[in-house]
Amino acid sequence: MAEVSTNPIYRLELTSSPHIHSEWNTKQAMWLVAVSLIPAVISALLFFGIYQLMIILVSIGFCIGTEAAIKAVRKRQITINDGSALLTGLLLALILPPNFSLVFTAIGAVFAIGVGKEIFGGLGYNIFNPALVGRAFLQAAFPVPMTTWLIPNYAVDSTSSATPLAAYKFDNIFADASNMFLGNIGGSLGETSALAILIGGIFLIAVKIVNWRVPAAMAAGVIVFGGIFWIINPFKYPNPVFHLLAGGFLFGALFMATDWVTSPITPKGMWIYGLGISAMIIIVRLFGGLPEGVMYAILFMNACVPLINKFTRPRIFGEVK
Amino acid sequence: MILNLKKTFKGGVHPKEWKELTKNFSFEAMPKPKQVIIPISQHIGIPAKPLVKKKDRVKAGEIIAEPEGFVSVPIHSSISGIIKDIHKEPNVSGSPKDAIIIESDFSDEIEMMEKLNFSSATPDQIKERVRLAGIVGQGGAAFPTFVKLTPPRDVKIEYVILNGCECEPYLTRDDHYMLERTDAVIGGLKLIMRALGVAKGAIGIEDNKKTSIDKISEACKNEQSVQVESLKTKYPQGAEKMLVKAVLGREIPPGKLPLDVGVVIQNIGTAVAVYDAVVNGEPQITAALTVSGGGIISPKNLLVPIGTSIQEVLDYCGGVKDNAVKVIVGGPMMGVAQYDFKAPIMKATSGILVLTDKEVNDYPETPCLKCGKCIEACPLGLEPTKLARYAQLERFGDAEDAKITVCMECGTCTFTCPANIPLVQWLRYGKQKVIKMQKQKHPELTEC
Repeated sequence: MAEVSTNPIYRLELTSSPHIHSEWNTKQAMWLVAVSLIPAVISALLFFGIYQLMIILVSIGFCIGTEAAIKAVRKRQITINDGSALLTGLLLALILPPNFSLVFTAIGAVFAIGVGKEIFGGLGYNIFNPALVGRAFLQAAFPVPMTTWLIPNYAVDSTSSATPLAAYKFDNIFADASNMFLGNIGGSLGETSALAILIGGIFLIAVKIVNWRVPAAMAAGVIVFGGIFWIINPFKYPNPVFHLLAGGFLFGALFMATDWVTSPITPKGMWIYGLGISAMIIIVRLFGGLPEGVMYAILFMNACVPLINKFTRPRIFGEVK
Repeated sequence: MILNLKKTFKGGVHPKEWKELTKNFSFEAMPKPKQVIIPISQHIGIPAKPLVKKKDRVKAGEIIAEPEGFVSVPIHSSISGIIKDIHKEPNVSGSPKDAIIIESDFSDEIEMMEKLNFSSATPDQIKERVRLAGIVGQGGAAFPTFVKLTPPRDVKIEYVILNGCECEPYLTRDDHYMLERTDAVIGGLKLIMRALGVAKGAIGIEDNKKTSIDKISEACKNEQSVQVESLKTKYPQGAEKMLVKAVLGREIPPGKLPLDVGVVIQNIGTAVAVYDAVVNGEPQITAALTVSGGGIISPKNLLVPIGTSIQEVLDYCGGVKDNAVKVIVGGPMMGVAQYDFKAPIMKATSGILVLTDKEVNDYPETPCLKCGKCIEACPLGLEPTKLARYAQLERFGDAEDAKITVCMECGTCTFTCPANIPLVQWLRYGKQKVIKMQKQKHPELTEC
């Protein structure tokens, strides 16, 4: 037993308890979210062509570059390998229209990281979801390219490239649910295929990166609020399944609204937040001037998060209210 | 989602168990060491007063320090030998404490107390025996057991619950008590119930100890008064509040004790010590502990004379591997990291763990990501990330309003935090400051 050190005291760590840590850390979580988006990326390439890969790469590249540059200017530690900038870039690309200009993509990416995240102090301090901030900016700056949709590769009916929501809003046409489920419809890169989004989203819920309460509250809200109008007039208003599958709902519910930093921290708060988002989505979709409202609904509720946290304190064990 | 309807509490975490390292090793009695260091304070309360002086000769089992005041216990010698000195020695708690140092004469002379009859011992006899045997709670806090057996007159105790959760990873001591000393565990519980005049007893065991549950259930088959509860394996299931909630569904309000909901909780090890003291006349001079972790050559479950140094225990287990980074006394969630292996094993020592880098899994802290995992995991319904922030900003008034003093420092929040923020460490700091502040404001309030 000669090789065994019997007195390793000089190199022992003396931190206080707990002495062990769960397997989760920030970096791992970010990478796992990125991995869970692979099905959505595949669906984008499948339905809209290989060019979409360029949008994704430009978006990721400019997000990482912007973060590194701002950190360098502020003389802070460069934190790009925590994976959060990569994730923002990927998320932003997946909510842009197919064949979107690469220059505009880059502008959106710089805005997302610069104004959406770094201006607040970087990871953990931002109020709004950075990818949605980038998209909101592009929507305001370049409204026409942001609403020009490509006909998906396997479209049976190539007469219209409108998204199901626009078709409903402006022509009162309801798209076929099975095409919406697979993703064979007009829409943003990663938002069209419900199947691909669900694969990634369910994985994230299973590994407990995404708290199930937010998507559950959003789905329940859309079914209830959308359902009320559908029951009132099923010819005028779409059914709840359409609401669940259309536009950015699933992508928003599983990947955008569930962003750790910009969603509530209390279990009760997550329910309120999810229900608030879905109520706003229904209002915009049915009565607003725009066909889709997921982005604005999430951004609006992001702003309410500090207030929600404040008023949803959990019950202290043993305390009677 | 699969609904788990098993008895438990809300929140908590499930760390990797690591129990398999020592699960199959029966207790092994370690040989008596050449010298023991016996601290005069191995319990919560007033330290005992030494009765011996230098060069005195003592036998194993002889009282060498007597209790001072009510919340105190006597201390016995664990070996026969000669008193070498009484002075401050390193202690597993971190700071040196007064201790009696005894050098062995290798004569193995032992002085036991008179044996009592299991079925005819009266409540007063049991209580007095528990006090004389110097028994302290084996759950970690080392509260004198006879004090718990003497509740205030106006309190009505309805239940005695034995805590067989052993929710800390690695530790298998209580598991082996239940397997190897099944009768002593149940006998101890019945003696405790008799001492308290209580008709109902329960044993709560986490469901990762299937064999123990079976063995205890089998032995309790004809006991009408004892119920065996299989509880969900989850940390901190063994915390008093969580255990009472899981077994009886009762919630202990903040700042209150199990007594306030009519319950007395005892550890499995305490029940065995009570049984040994009453039936075998044995004072508490031996500690049962698990030596485990990826950094020890041969993990074991040991019976060690109190006062044996950590170094001797580690050597007995083959020594420490080169990749060890931490040595802990107690469990990995609430134990104390050690820096001096001269520190002795005490009455309530439940384990020595030697951990490697991989098991510790430490990495740099990042800003809070507001994921809410600490809030979901906190078994007491606190918001650790918010409280830690208040402590960092020295906003102790806000911390007090957000009930920082409720925290029991179980470490669940720090364990689960993906940003690796030392949450419970900040909460401890904030809690201390708040308690100090409260004392300054109300000097008439003394510590309970």
